Amino acid sequence: MDSVEHQIDQWRAAVLRGRAVDGGDADELEGHLREQIEELESAGLSGDEAFLIAVKRLGEVDLITAEFAREHSDRLWKQLVMSHPDESGQQAVLTMLGFALVTAVLIQVARLLAQVPGSSSAWFLRDLSLFVLPVLATFFAVVRRMPLRPAVSLVGAVAVLAVAVNVFPFPPGSSTDLLVAIHLPFALWFVVGVAYVGGDVRSAARRMDFIRFTGEWAIYYALIALGGAVLLGLTSLVLTPIAPDAIPEVMTWVVPSGAAGAVVVAAWLVEEKKSVIENLAPVLTAIFTPLFAVMLLVSAIGYLAAGVGRDFDRDLLTVFDVLLLVVLGLVVYGISARDTNRPAGLMDVLRLVAVIAAVVLDILVLGSMLARVGEFGFTANRVAALGLNVVLLVNLVMTAWLIARLLAAKASAVRLERWQTGYLPVFAGWVLVVVLVVPPLFGFA
Amino acid sequence: MDRGVMNIDKDLVAAMATPLVLAILVEGTSYGYAILKRVRELSGGDLEWTDGMLYPLLHRLERMGCIRAEWGVSPEGRRRRYYKITEVGRAQLAEQRRQWDTATRTLGGLWEMAVPVAGA
Repeated sequence: MDSVEHQIDQWRAAVLRGRAVDGGDADELEGHLREQIEELESAGLSGDEAFLIAVKRLGEVDLITAEFAREHSDRLWKQLVMSHPDESGQQAVLTMLGFALVTAVLIQVARLLAQVPGSSSAWFLRDLSLFVLPVLATFFAVVRRMPLRPAVSLVGAVAVLAVAVNVFPFPPGSSTDLLVAIHLPFALWFVVGVAYVGGDVRSAARRMDFIRFTGEWAIYYALIALGGAVLLGLTSLVLTPIAPDAIPEVMTWVVPSGAAGAVVVAAWLVEEKKSVIENLAPVLTAIFTPLFAVMLLVSAIGYLAAGVGRDFDRDLLTVFDVLLLVVLGLVVYGISARDTNRPAGLMDVLRLVAVIAAVVLDILVLGSMLARVGEFGFTANRVAALGLNVVLLVNLVMTAWLIARLLAAKASAVRLERWQTGYLPVFAGWVLVVVLVVPPLFGFA
Repeated sequence: MDRGVMNIDKDLVAAMATPLVLAILVEGTSYGYAILKRVRELSGGDLEWTDGMLYPLLHRLERMGCIRAEWGVSPEGRRRRYYKITEVGRAQLAEQRRQWDTATRTLGGLWEMAVPVAGA
């Protein structure tokens, strides 16, 4: 019997090796195996014979784990190692550093070009993301060994964006110029997304991976930025007594390059250290979902009490748009960190409260905006803000509905995931409209 | 009949899997091994399943909300996951049944006339 126990242990270890099967699943499979063995033994077989037949009935370990992997792609999230097996870890680091260096240098070249006397430097701020995000996209395209055809179409998309925003005749300080500067990074982030999924844009699971990646990238980037700020602060304190004049000079070189390079470094960290941050995501959402829920609820009640007709000025509208985006981000990130098999719980209730409060606020904002449009007519800014709010409102309303269904056990969390992954093209489409259509529509005003 | 020799086509087994599991769970809460034993019993041994494949299917059904899983303890004191059908699952089963009825009715009309049963 001892040898059978030993064999079962080995079999269990083999099942767990792929990590698509977790401890609970292994318990379940092992329980099945043991019952089968007992039944065969009671039919007169020896322990070893019974084990062999029972294992054969369960099927090849590779096939089972492959099936589990297909079913639980979220578990493999932490297993998606970016470097190819034949590539050593060191080489992967060098590749990452190479790309970080490229973007750091590009930023400096652009900065120096923008400073050439006599030339206009208005393009610099608008084009900033063009020196960083396409590099990140290339990094992913390279390490994912993206097929040539989608890679070429991505290059084409970036080229169209780059040419369009630079041939548009923006007068200095025009609001369409500012709109493009704000929206272009988001458009390019979708390009990064396509490269991130290796061109496999149809797959909902891969899109979800990209949503997770985005959330974790933001966290890593914030951590690096904090560390960088401490480093720069201390550097300037140390340098002040000996070379006070050198400080601004050092900053103009270090800050842009550091900020650009960190984009690539953070992306690499997400991929390398998935299991670290994976434990952080549920913690962060657990802390911030309730806080945002309370804050949104109070604001929604406050604004409702203050009167719907109350005028939102332009700055406040911007604040609200950012707020709604953050809420949506938090909700989606929370969903991505959620185990889809878990039944609905308190966190989902809080999420629902947050989303409903956000919907109320969004409707108030929209109402105020429409009033403004009715009074003063359309401007590029109003179209951009109005469009974003409508796009957000549709998403939030559906999200609220699906969370409510989840709480009523009428729908699974998967529906919610599907909705969010399916909605990504809408966001991408709207961003493209603002970058490519709105400026000419309003005469680049 | 020649038991065990008849191999039901893999695609057909795959198509049957969901309604079969759901229908067994309509009979009552059950667990993996018992579900498979019931499948063998019902098919008289004709339907051979790779046992391990049942579990990813159960997890998929759980994710779709058709069934709910709960850990319990077997009489021998081992941890055991029990599965229970939900309202969503019942609705899904009714829908599957409608589709299968259509399929068998469609084929049934032809079986009688044209196709002899092998070995009959």
